[in-house]
Amino acid sequence: MSDKTPASPTRDPPWLKWTLIGVALFYVLVVLMAPLLAVFIEALRKGEAAFFAAFQEPAAFSAIQLTLLVTAIAVPLNTVFGLAAAWAITKFDFFGKSFLTTLIDLPLSVSPVISGLVYVLLYSIHGWFGPFFIDRGIEIIFAVPGIVLATTLVTFPYVARELIPLMQQQGTDEEAAAATLGAGPWRTFFLVTLPNVKWALTFGVLLCTARAMGEFGAVSVVSGHIRGLTSTMPLHVEILYNEYNFVAAFAIASLLALFALVTLGVKAVLESRFEAELAAAERT
Amino acid sequence: MSVTDASASAKRWRFREPSALGGFWPSFSFVVLYLSIIVLIPLAALALRPWELGLEGVWRVVSSERTVAALKLSFGAAAIAASVNAVFGTIVAWALVRYEFPGKRVIDALVDLPFALPTAVAGIALASIYAPNGLIGAAFAPHDIRIAYTPVGVMVALVFIGFPFVVRAVQPVLADLDRDVEEAAATLGASRWRTISQVIWPAIAPAILTGFALAFARAVGEYGSVIFIAGNIPMVSEIAPLLIVIKLEEFDYAGAAAIGLAMLCVSFVMLFLLNGAHALMTRRGAA
Repeated sequence: MSDKTPASPTRDPPWLKWTLIGVALFYVLVVLMAPLLAVFIEALRKGEAAFFAAFQEPAAFSAIQLTLLVTAIAVPLNTVFGLAAAWAITKFDFFGKSFLTTLIDLPLSVSPVISGLVYVLLYSIHGWFGPFFIDRGIEIIFAVPGIVLATTLVTFPYVARELIPLMQQQGTDEEAAAATLGAGPWRTFFLVTLPNVKWALTFGVLLCTARAMGEFGAVSVVSGHIRGLTSTMPLHVEILYNEYNFVAAFAIASLLALFALVTLGVKAVLESRFEAELAAAERT
Repeated sequence: MSVTDASASAKRWRFREPSALGGFWPSFSFVVLYLSIIVLIPLAALALRPWELGLEGVWRVVSSERTVAALKLSFGAAAIAASVNAVFGTIVAWALVRYEFPGKRVIDALVDLPFALPTAVAGIALASIYAPNGLIGAAFAPHDIRIAYTPVGVMVALVFIGFPFVVRAVQPVLADLDRDVEEAAATLGASRWRTISQVIWPAIAPAILTGFALAFARAVGEYGSVIFIAGNIPMVSEIAPLLIVIKLEEFDYAGAAAIGLAMLCVSFVMLFLLNGAHALMTRRGAA
């Protein structure tokens, strides 16, 4: 009899293990790492001076400003919406609830171009409501309000989707107890519900912000690409790239990529620290 | 108990169940108003405006050679890219759940990069890598294989954009899979291959399909990461969302809406079929 312990029947042999790890690493390297590295390499190709020059241009400055403005409007709106939707859907039973839940997921499976197109169909000069607003001097398409609307449509599921599974799981016991003890709805919400979901809320707001700052397709359709006026950062990247100003395009792109990396870092920390409070298992 | 049961079954239809909590009507009406402005009315415009062209006009737009070629490319490349990700995404998920290796946490965090990186940034980066003088493109160029500015380039971009879906769908299922079941199978004399094909595969197959469907749906409508690498040659490497943009630039709003509506309809039919397949698989897995 050999005194070697037999290999565990559920463990893969080392050659298979390392082959699979190798394939996985190679795939991640080619598909994910290569484009990420390319952004920074191309941005610094002509040295630091050229890199920083890209940010000195007034058009770049106004693109950054517009992106921040749009994000600062769309994200709070979608946060309030997400909280209200999660409150109505998870704390009450009503007719049409599953329809409402499906509707919230809708933008995730609709092309961003279509998300922009629908607003052009409504608010452009040939749209249903466009002439009404334009007669009153309010430009929506090819102007900032259209960019805000399109960004809001594309990013509104993120907060609600983080909150709904978690609040479903938490049920209504704590809120019912608070209500029985005489707390009003607002007090119950701020003192009971909100503290229970604070990390999921943070998580949702983070994802929503990342998407809002980077949205391209929907915004590109409604913006009209007016340089210095209706160009967000991703649109400015496109303009520079099409002008063969590659270093500047990649310089602005690297700022967006840096923000994406920070998002991923914060996300990883939140997930490992507050796994239970994020209802990670429920998320698909 | 029985009294309340009887009264519950006999009760009239109600819009909502009674609750001790307040705040239903304010939150509900806000949600409905918000959804109407942001989603429902705009979608109604998409559903109605194509018919300004008349039935025949819509058909002419949708069945034109250029539209059909664009739709074929968008749906075909999306299906291939999602299949590639179904295979490799499952391997990545398996490696992340089952093995320990250096850099594992970084890789795990990096999986979500395509969610976080703006699509235009991904687009110009991919175009620069796969161009004939780029990092990867240069390796293929001597063999006369071109990736950027061909349909293959479209596929490469869609593989990038669909990367997270299969990994994130399979990962939790694999992690929840009880090692005991595998051990039991092995103890009962099943070979490793049999354990994988009859114990592990039925458990993760529905998750792979879910990931495939999500990656596919996302890829069909993708725009930003594709247009830079595609070259956008009509009939060859022009995707359907780009055709919508072109129609809009020509102020052909009804035509643009017709293509958008056609895309949505095909997507919904495909997602419906995939959902059906998913239901069938989970039922068989449970039986």
